[in-house]
Amino acid sequence: MKLVTAVVKPHKWEEIREALETFGVTGMTVSEVSGYGRQKGHTEVYRGAEYDIALVPKIRIEIVIDDADTADVVDIITKTAQTGRIGDGKIWVVPVESAVRVRTGDRDEAAL
Amino acid sequence: MDPTQINSGDTAWVLTSAAMVLLMTPGLALFYGGMVRSKSVLNMMMMSFGALALISVLWVLYGYSIAFGDDLGLGLVGDPTQYLGLEGLMAEPKGVALPPMAFVGFQAVFAIITVALISGAIADRAKFGTWMIFAGVWATLVYFPIAHWVFDFSAGEHVGGWVANNLLAIDFAGGTAVHINAGAAGLALALVLGKRRGFGKDPMRPHNLPLVMIGAGLLWFGWFGFNAGSALAANNLAAVVWVNTLVATAAASLGWLATERLRDGHATSLGAASGVVAGLVAITPACSALSPVGSIILGLGAGVLCALAVGLKYKLGYDDSLDVVGVHLVGGLVGTIGVGFLATDAAPAAVSGLFYGGGVDQLWRQVIGALAVMTASFVATYIIALVLQKTVGFRIDEVDEIEGIDLSTHAETGYDLHSSSGSRTGVGPLETSSAAPASPDRATSDHEGKVTT
Repeated sequence: MKLVTAVVKPHKWEEIREALETFGVTGMTVSEVSGYGRQKGHTEVYRGAEYDIALVPKIRIEIVIDDADTADVVDIITKTAQTGRIGDGKIWVVPVESAVRVRTGDRDEAAL
Repeated sequence: MDPTQINSGDTAWVLTSAAMVLLMTPGLALFYGGMVRSKSVLNMMMMSFGALALISVLWVLYGYSIAFGDDLGLGLVGDPTQYLGLEGLMAEPKGVALPPMAFVGFQAVFAIITVALISGAIADRAKFGTWMIFAGVWATLVYFPIAHWVFDFSAGEHVGGWVANNLLAIDFAGGTAVHINAGAAGLALALVLGKRRGFGKDPMRPHNLPLVMIGAGLLWFGWFGFNAGSALAANNLAAVVWVNTLVATAAASLGWLATERLRDGHATSLGAASGVVAGLVAITPACSALSPVGSIILGLGAGVLCALAVGLKYKLGYDDSLDVVGVHLVGGLVGTIGVGFLATDAAPAAVSGLFYGGGVDQLWRQVIGALAVMTASFVATYIIALVLQKTVGFRIDEVDEIEGIDLSTHAETGYDLHSSSGSRTGVGPLETSSAAPASPDRATSDHEGKVTT
């Protein structure tokens, strides 16, 4: 099992969700987060005073999936999240030791 | 109409206007509250509500008497004992169109909002108790006497204040007594209290601009009571003032937005709201003396000049947090001195300014009135604030300021956006024997984690 974490532009999230659902991903955890990468935030102006806002709003998607699907899922997210402009985000994958479905107590692959 | 009998139309209009002006102070609380960071929204609003509570009481006890009692000499201050507690004003009045109590109520709400306006200069960092002491002392020593200078007209046996009766400066609804006064006081307070931690470095951006815009809307609505109500009658003067108040404000908002668009590249919502307030401030002293077109010119000028003036604090290095100086002092000066240029004898005040063939006669009166109020207010406020700073302390602790004044001073937070943010530890007020403040650790972790950048 793998945990795929993707941090993407907020307006791309709905498109990504649809693409993953079409592929067969049945669930995910989504959170609104903020951070920055190479684009280093943005500028806002209030009453003429410029502020450098370091943190940019992002959507973080977390999915635990079967090893076999990992490459496909990462591909799908990359394709749908891509705009080609700076700030498109990051995806990373880490191994998951075990998983439990709370309702039934099912373990590991059966819990996904 | 028989001027020797109570006029029901006039009385209804003035009482309605008074209620509209009262609403301006909660409106100001929203306007200011939206402009600060989320960790100090409640304190910002509480400074307005605190002024509402305290100044209402002081006004009834002795404030009205200091402002509108018989002059004690030189037109500087009214007799504080004449209307002490308003006892003598309850009886059915004879020979007047407007009951004195209607005027008492109308003027009370002016005193309240003038005090509340000052609070914008010291966002995020003032001890609430000291603010309340300041509010009472400032109203007593600064506002009540200056209201006497400007608003108390001599009539019959009654002798009023020097700006209204000797200098003959035109200040219809309070460009000097309210706005220049509050603006100069705000500057003095900002200087005594010093800058917020991180001023000029941290992004202290407004946390809720929709609140700011609701506040600006309520201020504009209430301001029709403020200006048109100052006619003290439901008549042609009130109607002219109403239209001038509408159109100057609209022009100022356009002026502010155009300035921003040219300078910064964007027309902002904060600019629209700020332009509205700048225009309202500028037309306040001038609304009886200008034509509607003159009002548009004045409003445009105020919008542009105030939009430029709000940048001064960064250049000069004082933290007038919400631009009481840039909007109220500068807008008040534009309006008050603008009367000297733009007054037309076709308007109800029937005085001509420099641009309408009246020469400099009215202009110098306006300048003296504006400078006198500005100087008196600045000096007196600086001394009051310094004494409070040295004795009870005016500024909250550094840690409290960084964690947020709402939590440290009021044991509350403005927003609870997390359903799982904590659990109840006491059953009710009677069960919690010690008045322990909320634990800062618990609440900050939930509310401030995402806000600070």
